Amino acid sequence: MKLDREQVLHIAELAKLSLTEEETELFSEQLSEVLAYFEQLQELDTDDIPPTAQAIYQRNVMRPDTTAPCLTPDEALANAPQRKGDYFQVKPILD
Amino acid sequence: MELYDLTIHQAHELLARREISSVELTQALLDRIAAVDEKVKAYLCVLEEAALADAAAADRRRAEGEDHPLLGIPLAVKDVLTTRGIETTCGSRMLENFKPTFDATAIIKLRDAGAVLMGKTNTDEFAMGSTTENSAFFTTHNPWDLSRVPGGSSGGSAAATAAGECIAAIGSDTGGSIRQPASFCGVAGLKPTYGRVSRHGLVAFASSLDQVGALGKDVTDCALLLQTMAGHDPMDSTSAELPVPDYREGMDRSVAGIKLGVPREYFREGMQPEVEQAVRQALDVYESLGAELVDISMPHTDYCLSTYYVLAPAEASANLARFDGIRYGYSAPDAQDIWETYRKTRAEGFGPEVKRRIMLGTYALSTGYYDAYYLKAQKVRTLIKQDFDRAYAQVDALVAPTVPLTAFRIGEKIDDLLQLYLVDILTLSTNLAGICGVSIPCGMANGLPIGMQVLGNAYQEATVLRVAYAYEQATDWHLRRPPL
Repeated sequence: MKLDREQVLHIAELAKLSLTEEETELFSEQLSEVLAYFEQLQELDTDDIPPTAQAIYQRNVMRPDTTAPCLTPDEALANAPQRKGDYFQVKPILD
Repeated sequence: MELYDLTIHQAHELLARREISSVELTQALLDRIAAVDEKVKAYLCVLEEAALADAAAADRRRAEGEDHPLLGIPLAVKDVLTTRGIETTCGSRMLENFKPTFDATAIIKLRDAGAVLMGKTNTDEFAMGSTTENSAFFTTHNPWDLSRVPGGSSGGSAAATAAGECIAAIGSDTGGSIRQPASFCGVAGLKPTYGRVSRHGLVAFASSLDQVGALGKDVTDCALLLQTMAGHDPMDSTSAELPVPDYREGMDRSVAGIKLGVPREYFREGMQPEVEQAVRQALDVYESLGAELVDISMPHTDYCLSTYYVLAPAEASANLARFDGIRYGYSAPDAQDIWETYRKTRAEGFGPEVKRRIMLGTYALSTGYYDAYYLKAQKVRTLIKQDFDRAYAQVDALVAPTVPLTAFRIGEKIDDLLQLYLVDILTLSTNLAGICGVSIPCGMANGLPIGMQVLGNAYQEATVLRVAYAYEQATDWHLRRPPL
């Protein structure tokens, strides 16, 4: 499986990651190499094997839906790069 | 013996007998850090004043009659666990100035017990790596040979423990990140069963594989740290709602009659001969102690690397989506709109290995490739787990090398991705199966430590500790200290 430049840029956009020209080239090469290695998984017949998402499975962990102490607005916003009042401030989303 | 060379249980005895105070012990470690950390570079930050204040508080609690094995014991913590008001960087520019507003549950438990927090230790960025070379800040050096890597990602915690820059340390293990550096640095490293220790406050890398664990100068110290950190936590719904046994009780029982599996696929072609030899000799020791060795086949071992490097990056790509430059962490200053905030923040905040794994994981989860990679790997994960289920139907624990080689030179493998990933080939399966394991020193080759791991079924920490402790009592590898 060879990942070309266009595919690398498509994945980068899905990951919201802007890449330099050098990174695009490097990742095309390195990811292709790793994906070629992954081909070994196709040797195994897994048609009747269920997938494992968590090795130690816990079913439906519930708790009472009650309020409890939590962060104050100042604590929650303590690390905000930009804050306006009690809100996180962001750059424009729509033109 | 110097105070900085003490184990937790040795230091506790001296503290309990009032022969030393925690302030004296903490100061001895701060002096040691001042003397050697310039060379080892284990710490990202040393909390000098806060540590002495913690120590004074512990001395007061002891004077008031309190006791706990960790009361007044100076510990180092891998910088992937949140510490309230103290920088938690994950070895990344993305979190360079991040001061969490809460302590991780494991940290709360250690603090409640009276442990002294010496500082935060170096790690590969977001725990992704096997050498600490992926730390955005600097590379930690192996105390046994400063030109070599300490292993990783908990390389700072392993090096600090080996170098006497802390009494013991906390790490995290997603694919070997505690056991592998423990092996390279000649200390004991325990990866508990998935869910045994709360992950609340452990910055997430791969959520179905991550687990908080311990590094110590011997097995007893690992048991004491696990004892304090283990248990259910309402803040982590995957933490086990099971009682925590007394891990030291019965740890010194004989291993006569115990069945130890020797997985033949873990003695690989091409592994360093001294490593194989040391582990084979350790097996002889077990036999002489009366344990029964059983040849075991784990047929899917060769598929662990691919399975892990599909699943862990896939989970990481989802977990690291939270670094968006808006709520905390680095934010690109010159972005024009929100999309540019995301793209530039992540481009400038993440290092090369993290970007590589985000790319790999995003690809494995993307439309058209999900079945071929992610779902396929999840199915192979089932086969890997079944290998272990079959093994534990026959034996009490497995014994194998931790890493197929000893510590290599800094820079030696950084350019060959697959070679570097192969360093973890013997530790990844433990996390994929969710089980527990401990690595302990079992030999030396050319002045470098060799490690072996004892792997136990889910929640069988008491068994692996007992098996490892029996070897430790019969040998003296754990008493060696690096010539710093």
